[in-house]
Amino acid sequence: MALTAFTGPVVSADASGARRGGRIALLLLLPGIAYLLLFFLAPLVSLVITSLQTPSETVFGQYDFTFNWQNYGEVIGTYSEQILRSFLYALLATVFALLFSYPLAYFIGVVMRRWPLVQSLLLILVVAPFFISFLLRTLAWKQILSDEGPVVSTLKALALLGPQDHITGTPIAVVFGLTYNFIPFMCLPLYTTLERLDMRLIEAGRDLYAGPATTFRTVTLPLSMPGIVSGTLLTFIPAAGDYVNASSQFLGGTSSTMIGNVIQSNFLVQLNYPAAAALSILLMAIILVLVGVYVRRSGTEDLL
Amino acid sequence: MARGLFAESGADLELVGVRKEFPGFTAVEQLDLTIAAGTFFALLGPSGCGKTTTLRLVAGLEEPTAGRILIGGADVTDTKPFRRPVNTVFQSYALFPHMSVLENVAFGLRRRGIGDPLGKAHTALQLVELDHLAERKPAQLSGGQQQRVALARAVVNRPALLLLDEPLGALDLKLRRQMQLELKNIQTEVGLTFVHVTHDQEEAMTMADTVAVMNKGRIEQIGAPEELYELPRTSFVANFLGQSNLFAGEVVESGDATIGVQAAGRRILVPTERAQRRSGSVTVGVRPEKLLLLTEEPAATAGINVLGPGRVTDVSFSGVSTQYLVEVPGVGTIIVFAQNLVFGPVVERGAEVWVSWRVEHGFGLSDAPVSSIAQAHEALVGGAEA
Repeated sequence: MALTAFTGPVVSADASGARRGGRIALLLLLPGIAYLLLFFLAPLVSLVITSLQTPSETVFGQYDFTFNWQNYGEVIGTYSEQILRSFLYALLATVFALLFSYPLAYFIGVVMRRWPLVQSLLLILVVAPFFISFLLRTLAWKQILSDEGPVVSTLKALALLGPQDHITGTPIAVVFGLTYNFIPFMCLPLYTTLERLDMRLIEAGRDLYAGPATTFRTVTLPLSMPGIVSGTLLTFIPAAGDYVNASSQFLGGTSSTMIGNVIQSNFLVQLNYPAAAALSILLMAIILVLVGVYVRRSGTEDLL
Repeated sequence: MARGLFAESGADLELVGVRKEFPGFTAVEQLDLTIAAGTFFALLGPSGCGKTTTLRLVAGLEEPTAGRILIGGADVTDTKPFRRPVNTVFQSYALFPHMSVLENVAFGLRRRGIGDPLGKAHTALQLVELDHLAERKPAQLSGGQQQRVALARAVVNRPALLLLDEPLGALDLKLRRQMQLELKNIQTEVGLTFVHVTHDQEEAMTMADTVAVMNKGRIEQIGAPEELYELPRTSFVANFLGQSNLFAGEVVESGDATIGVQAAGRRILVPTERAQRRSGSVTVGVRPEKLLLLTEEPAATAGINVLGPGRVTDVSFSGVSTQYLVEVPGVGTIIVFAQNLVFGPVVERGAEVWVSWRVEHGFGLSDAPVSSIAQAHEALVGGAEA
């Protein structure tokens, strides 16, 4: 009892210290919280409200709030094809970007470790495309892949493409554009994990009877999971909602329309705000669920 | 290496003319070495002497610039590390952070398709007294525990050749002694060949059957621990393995039984068969515990070397023995270890003393003489830092 009596004030001093620390933390968080409230939560609430509106009976182009849940059913019915296509394209682009970026990041982060200068030069080359607007770069690809461009004429000369075939306006061009545009987002997180990869662990694997392929599968790949997870998220999430690559002004066509193009057209062309809002909310919800399942399953908490 | 099977016994290791150059320096100059199967071999040397590189060459993690490496008679110079019947306990432990302790230990067994990998991993963990932590991740263990896991992960594979790169460095003294015994037990029980790299001369001497002292990429001397200690051949060995009193001088008489060396006006006799050089300028020496301190000049006796008179400049008590530093004019400082047969030191600082030792305890070194003990110490320290 005497002991608890003595420890009493000490504990309360600790608690008040913690409370003071909590207050400072709260103060530091305030700008962030305010930012989120103003620029994320408020538009989100407004979007949810818009998604439940119905067209006004009297004034064209005006909408009234009526708790119209059917908006969601309608957009799913009308645009299910585009929704599925978006996620398929995003998935393909993510896989291709990963397949392309992993060897590249490994080369820069591991093989080139002994030459830091070359390493930074290569990293600059990966980031260099950011110096030009991605709209311009995508337009440039449209030129390169156009029917009169070098790629199509070469493929036609080799009889790999028929005389009536195109590349622009096809799903191939859209997935290509998405892959191309998101490679730096995949490459940089992969590089940061691979750059920290402890080569002594690779040596330990080789010492313990694991050949190069087995060492990669059992040691290198699991250790680079944090980079793979953040890279794929940084690619998949924006790619699923992308509306530039699939737009018919860029690399897409009518057969390759993605959800982003549908939302854009509903908001800006058809002025059907409730449908556009409902699609946006839907897109966000699906991505949240997919990402949640993905992060849980990849189990990277231990590594972070 | 055959899948699903353990090595039946240790294998002998042979290095023939092995040399390893890195850009800018040579880590291993020229190494010819044969380690018999089933022995506990220690490579002893200061840091940077090339002992870890030697180990990595045997493991296959480095390729030799020249020379061949043979394990059990088979040339493995061009064999990939994962095909060599060798396991390493790394100095950095190199435990896989994404696997549990148990999976770390079972890793090698799984790769070789050995039956019941988890059961065998548990047994290996029991050996290092860590079975209760089998489900933890390596990051949740202390340094000493991680080191023991690294040991279990290598030993569980029963390799023909086990390489240990300073494996006991992070353990406290009690655990270190325990692990030394454990390692020795494993080695004799299974008959594996152990190659142990260390800079701890006491560890090397207590554990190993054969010790090789390495310096600047070369092996200075190989032999049983007693042999290396009692009859060092170079001043590096004489000073790295314990301490020595060294005297430089000219050989003035050369007989069948002894040679006489004139050092600082005094004659020191050394047995002929214990002297590497028998003419010209030589360095001879004697271990500090072989010396006797005398407070009055002894009568000249056959078979006894005497130096003195000198002054005691320092007395330090270390429990079992007392170390005296004796300044003898013209010779330099002589270290004397005297067992504490009585309470307290026998002589005080400033006392006038003579030192004597039996002729058969002296040894003659093979390397070029150094003019004083101070220089010998400098050479040693320089060698250790290089």
